[in-house]
Amino acid sequence: MSNWFSQTFPNVVYQGWSGDTGWLTAINQTIFMTFWSAIFGGLLGLIFGFGLVVTSPRGITPNKVLFWIFDKIVSIFRAIPFIILLAFIAPVTKTIVGTQIGSTAALVPLSLGVFPFYARQVQVALTEVDSGIVEAAQAVGASFTEIVFGVYLREGRSELIRVSTVTLISLIGLTAMAGAIGAGGLGNMAIAYGYNRFANDTTLVATFLVLVLVLIVQVVGDYLAKRYNHK
Amino acid sequence: MRKHQNLSMTNPIISLKNIDVTFQQKKRTIEAVKNVSIDVNRGDVFGIVGYSGAGKSTLVRVINLLQVPTNGQVIVNGETFFDGQGAGKSGVQIKPNELRDRRRKIGMIFQHFNLLNERTVAENVAFALQHSPLKADEKQAKVAELLELVELTDRADQFPAQLSGGQKQRVAIARALANDPEILISDEATSALDPKTTNQILALLKKLNQQYNLTILLITHEMDAVKEVANKVAVMQDGQVLEEGSTLDIFTKPQAALTKEFIETATNQDKALATIAESDAITTLNDNEVFARLTYSGNSTNEPLITTLYQKYEVVANILYGNVEILQGTEVGSLLVILSGSADGLAAGLQSLKDQGVSVDILKGKQA
Repeated sequence: MSNWFSQTFPNVVYQGWSGDTGWLTAINQTIFMTFWSAIFGGLLGLIFGFGLVVTSPRGITPNKVLFWIFDKIVSIFRAIPFIILLAFIAPVTKTIVGTQIGSTAALVPLSLGVFPFYARQVQVALTEVDSGIVEAAQAVGASFTEIVFGVYLREGRSELIRVSTVTLISLIGLTAMAGAIGAGGLGNMAIAYGYNRFANDTTLVATFLVLVLVLIVQVVGDYLAKRYNHK
Repeated sequence: MRKHQNLSMTNPIISLKNIDVTFQQKKRTIEAVKNVSIDVNRGDVFGIVGYSGAGKSTLVRVINLLQVPTNGQVIVNGETFFDGQGAGKSGVQIKPNELRDRRRKIGMIFQHFNLLNERTVAENVAFALQHSPLKADEKQAKVAELLELVELTDRADQFPAQLSGGQKQRVAIARALANDPEILISDEATSALDPKTTNQILALLKKLNQQYNLTILLITHEMDAVKEVANKVAVMQDGQVLEEGSTLDIFTKPQAALTKEFIETATNQDKALATIAESDAITTLNDNEVFARLTYSGNSTNEPLITTLYQKYEVVANILYGNVEILQGTEVGSLLVILSGSADGLAAGLQSLKDQGVSVDILKGKQA
């Protein structure tokens, strides 16, 4: 069995398991980048998404100026292709994390790359919360924070989980590009050690592992979204 | 109830004065409510009737300032919420936290119930109690009490999606009553329900009005609903109040064409009229005949109208349709008749009917 494996996937075996260019390292890097940029980008996205919804003309505190600012920031960042953002944001990255390369450095462009996408998704998810329910909450004298947390967040929970799943999956896709600034990960494995070296077996296995990650996120996300939907 | 009303202040509990609500859309100005003044007394069930788009919902949202008016005055319980001319938000006379507090004393229910889908029945009711001074266990008891009132105790832990429309509306009523409000605004609350459930909800509202002296504003496009419970009615069209008065007056002496239309629908007269108007008797009406609608209420119903017509004026009445409603404890009858007799007899007979307080509408014939 192991003999068959090393003959069919020689380059995969050559990469090793835990070394600098090993598979475990690549998996860890991908998970590390996905996790932390999901936290930072997710938070930013939530803030902007909620901001867009509450300050919109039909929101609970309509504010043209703030809405315009939220809207334009999100639009501009969404318009920048991620691979260019990686390079473009490098000086900022250096100021924040002290280096321009590596997995940690990739967190800055990853977070900034994913947040506008997530913000739009959050905006859509929250807009789907029935405005009548918000009005009913206002009619019983609910405060701003009670409406944000008790109505929008609670009523939109299932939909937020669904869009978070989509975002997380596209974030895994973005981490593959982070290899361009030496962040490592499965994407880098597939390109730098697979494609560039004509090691198709490495590309294949790296792709397969990314698929497994995506599948896990999808299954867990779907389960949670269903679990929290009582409509 | 009436006694209580006499003892309480003569000031209306809700007073809307010269309310305008104007929406500015890109290049269009929409006047949703135009110069509406309404006074609602404590203990009233005040019906506001009109087709969709008439401005009813916008008007009642002015009461708890869910909709800030453009002009006018909003006084609730003697407290001025809004007073301004073209002032917009700056006309609001009450601080945001005070407003939230006052809103808790104005319950509101909606056509589509607007329950929190992700909370159980009990949690929905408890949501309204977040700012209540009650302690945690008292809140629980309050929720239980309210659910008992709306007969949903056994559904406390279910989610709204598991309930029928009528049950959802009862949860909404329990939520609206959580802070012991003095006013309940019902915005088309029965419009999404079937007739039987509608009657159950209306009966519940009536009970709340009688037992707790709850003042109710009942917005609806169904005159039927108003007929059941309201003691006063305002009819709205294009943002204006066309007509306002006691339910009895509105039903027996409607002035505006729209009001008449609503009443005809509510009493099924429209269908009867449509059928009768097609009939041979009407299409071939003789010169000495008139087709008329007679509407009478309470006091005049003791008189044998039809017999008197024949005995005194030799006018024969052929009754094509008849209907009697009980409104606020008073009988209201309407008849569609063909009256035939001599020209003089008809004129005198019709006059005598009017003298007895019967309102006469000539629908077809010489004197129409």
